Amino acid sequence: MEIFKADVVIVGGGGAGLRAAIAVAESDPLLKIALVSKVYPMRSHTVAAEGGAAGVKKSTDSYDYHFHDTVGGGDWLCEQDVVEYFVKQAPIELTQLEHWGCPWSRTEDGHVNVRAFGGMKIERTWFAADKSGFHILHTLFQTSIKYPSIKRFDEHFCVDLIEEDGRVQGVVTIEMSTGEFHLIEGKSVIIATGGAGRVFRENTNGGIVTGDGMALAYRHGVALRDMEFMQYHPTCMPVTGLLFTEACRGEGGFLVNKDGYRYLQDYGLGPLQDKPKNKYMELGPRDRLSQAFWYEKQKGRTFEHPTLGSVVFLDMRHLGEAHLRERLPLIYEMAETFMGLDPAKELIPVRAGIHYTMGGIKVDAKCAASLPGLYAIGECASVGLHGANRLGSNSLTELVVFGKLAGDEAAKYAKAVSPGNSSSLLKQAQAIEQRILALKTKTGGTESIAVIRKEMAQSMEDGCGIYRTEDTMQATCDKLAELRARFKNISIDDKSSVWNTDWLTAVELDYQLDVAQTMAHSAINRKESRGAHQRLDGPDGAYTKRDDVNFLKHSEAYYVADGAPRIALGDVKITKSQPETRAYGAAGEKADQERKASHV
Amino acid sequence: MSENHKIIEIEVLRYNPESDEEPHLEVYKVPFTDDMSVLQGAQYIKDNFDGSLTFRWSCRMAICGSCGMMINGIPKLSCETFLRDYYPNRIRIEALAHFPIEKDLVVDLSGFIEKLEAIQPYIIPKEPKTLAEGEYLQTPKEFNAYIQFTSCINCTLCYAACPQFGLNPDFIGPAAMALLHRYNMDSRDGASASRMELVASEEGVYNCSAVGYCSEVCPKHVDPASAVNINKANAAKDYFLRFLSPKGGSK
Repeated sequence: MEIFKADVVIVGGGGAGLRAAIAVAESDPLLKIALVSKVYPMRSHTVAAEGGAAGVKKSTDSYDYHFHDTVGGGDWLCEQDVVEYFVKQAPIELTQLEHWGCPWSRTEDGHVNVRAFGGMKIERTWFAADKSGFHILHTLFQTSIKYPSIKRFDEHFCVDLIEEDGRVQGVVTIEMSTGEFHLIEGKSVIIATGGAGRVFRENTNGGIVTGDGMALAYRHGVALRDMEFMQYHPTCMPVTGLLFTEACRGEGGFLVNKDGYRYLQDYGLGPLQDKPKNKYMELGPRDRLSQAFWYEKQKGRTFEHPTLGSVVFLDMRHLGEAHLRERLPLIYEMAETFMGLDPAKELIPVRAGIHYTMGGIKVDAKCAASLPGLYAIGECASVGLHGANRLGSNSLTELVVFGKLAGDEAAKYAKAVSPGNSSSLLKQAQAIEQRILALKTKTGGTESIAVIRKEMAQSMEDGCGIYRTEDTMQATCDKLAELRARFKNISIDDKSSVWNTDWLTAVELDYQLDVAQTMAHSAINRKESRGAHQRLDGPDGAYTKRDDVNFLKHSEAYYVADGAPRIALGDVKITKSQPETRAYGAAGEKADQERKASHV
Repeated sequence: MSENHKIIEIEVLRYNPESDEEPHLEVYKVPFTDDMSVLQGAQYIKDNFDGSLTFRWSCRMAICGSCGMMINGIPKLSCETFLRDYYPNRIRIEALAHFPIEKDLVVDLSGFIEKLEAIQPYIIPKEPKTLAEGEYLQTPKEFNAYIQFTSCINCTLCYAACPQFGLNPDFIGPAAMALLHRYNMDSRDGASASRMELVASEEGVYNCSAVGYCSEVCPKHVDPASAVNINKANAAKDYFLRFLSPKGGSK
């Protein structure tokens, strides 16, 4: 087995992993960094983020506004000390990206421009046309090349963490082009593997978004926190689930139902506005907009398309081709290429689809997990920024703010601990190799990976969708238990070593099943409605409301070998914002004024 | 899939280095709907006929750059190429031309990555600035000078199109040259002189025979051919000036 001795190992080469790698390299050039990614880093799913990254920029904005938007948007399930740190670091880190060459869109006088986004009181979303994630990712990847201490392990698939003496001490990977196993030793390990949206059927996520790092940490006893909160994005391409960025609405696009009616005015987001108005109508938060879509469908006001299913429409015709080409060039091309329509002349059919995993590996405000030496950042982590519903454009900023912090912390930790016992680490790695190889070499299996994956994704959509009930969630929990059992009997066609994606897909499916179980079991345990977790049931409809007495709590899912996860509840850190009624549109403005008056 | 679906024949160039002496073609009959991409066709084969079929993919929306392949002999992103446009004819998919095949549709990209790394693809500031001093300003003119060349997704279709790269794998090639040009044209950067050495080197722009096919196949309209040709002129100028100008920093 090939062995590499690093000081800091980073698993995942997207925005968060790359930012962390650069932070370690800058904090001490003598520290050896191993950056492991199952794809070339610029393929990571950060690449698909479109709209932009939030950070206070305008003189009329404040950290306090960004804080309150985020905490209220998260339905008070955010760690408030984490949000306070985040809003202050955001502009610094976004400026750092500018210094590294990120081509942020500019105003005429040469400054970085900002645009409006859902749930944000003031325009504060830095953007690079509608390819913000793409530009952030390529900027970070290209900048990372400057640092000789970053050793990349591109197209290495991580199969396990190595834990010894009560701390994490490295990872085991498969070099995909050969099938060879590698032991990468590290005094600290940062997980930055992204979300898990592919456990659902219709989603905006790339094929690689399979929750790998979440499952790895979970199996080593680290809690996955708030996994029931899955974000539905209100404007996705039907069938494929591809994303039409919220910036479509930030730039002034409307959402209309089959009658051409701007239905959001019926869901506490009005009154109607001609021009984009922050926190009104189409600039409401994603959970509310996706829920409105669900109600429109119940009311029979969605358009029933023969092949696309139930859809509403994104109307950008009034914005004109020139403006759309400048601000939303990718969206324009996607509409043309994938749907054969011209957004300057036609309505775009859209529906809500799974987009973002709010929960993740439970870490403290310094990104440290309960297993010493282990850190997690970005979508795979739950640092407590997003609560029960993430605001659009907070997650790209999260990558750089917490990527930097975790890099600094992991570097400090690596310098403080002594190296491990290499021979016993190798012994562990060899046992892991045997276990993973057995999945491929075993014979006689009859279950298809593709079939199990499809059944899982359908069941998650059925049971853990926009609205949930005890019965549907229980059916999903039962289905996942059945699939877990059937997974033991899978058959793998490909027995070769080189580029065996059949085998690696099976390892991914194993991760996905674990993560899916934490979502379904956390969901059924939360007997209230908050943010992206909405229920239709309970005695006299009790679970349809938020319940701060019993559930102003984080859900924590713990691994139980060969069984369903154990769900515990954890405290939420509240510093300066007590839970209130969450309101948008005119109601939100009134609540704001009342709050101000009571503080005078 | 219901029986109403049309069936298209997809011919795939298969190669498993552990069992095949050389690549060979296999044909699969794939039921499809009009919204299905070539990538979805390949996924259908993998899920239903042969789990060993190997190809890279991720985003499905032409931005991650993973899924390039030769489609009826033309380099394309398979996620944004549709089966309906080939039906009722048979469609052939093969690994990207000019690269060594690792397995089936997966090619060895390590040479391309080394080229990217070689061109110093990062800002080396003309005038260093602290974060506290805020952002660099860029006028619309300065911004427009480089923005087009930032759009490259590293899909390497341009290398599969480039006849010179086919002849000389050391040629730095269209995408890396476009990226080099992107940094040279950025008003924040001050390192174009050191990058120009590579431009004018044996692996540099003079390999290009100005066929322009690279720009034609580019899915993001980066126009690498123009980046290469601007740099031909720049390299010639640079070469000439080197005899006339005093050397900086060589005392």
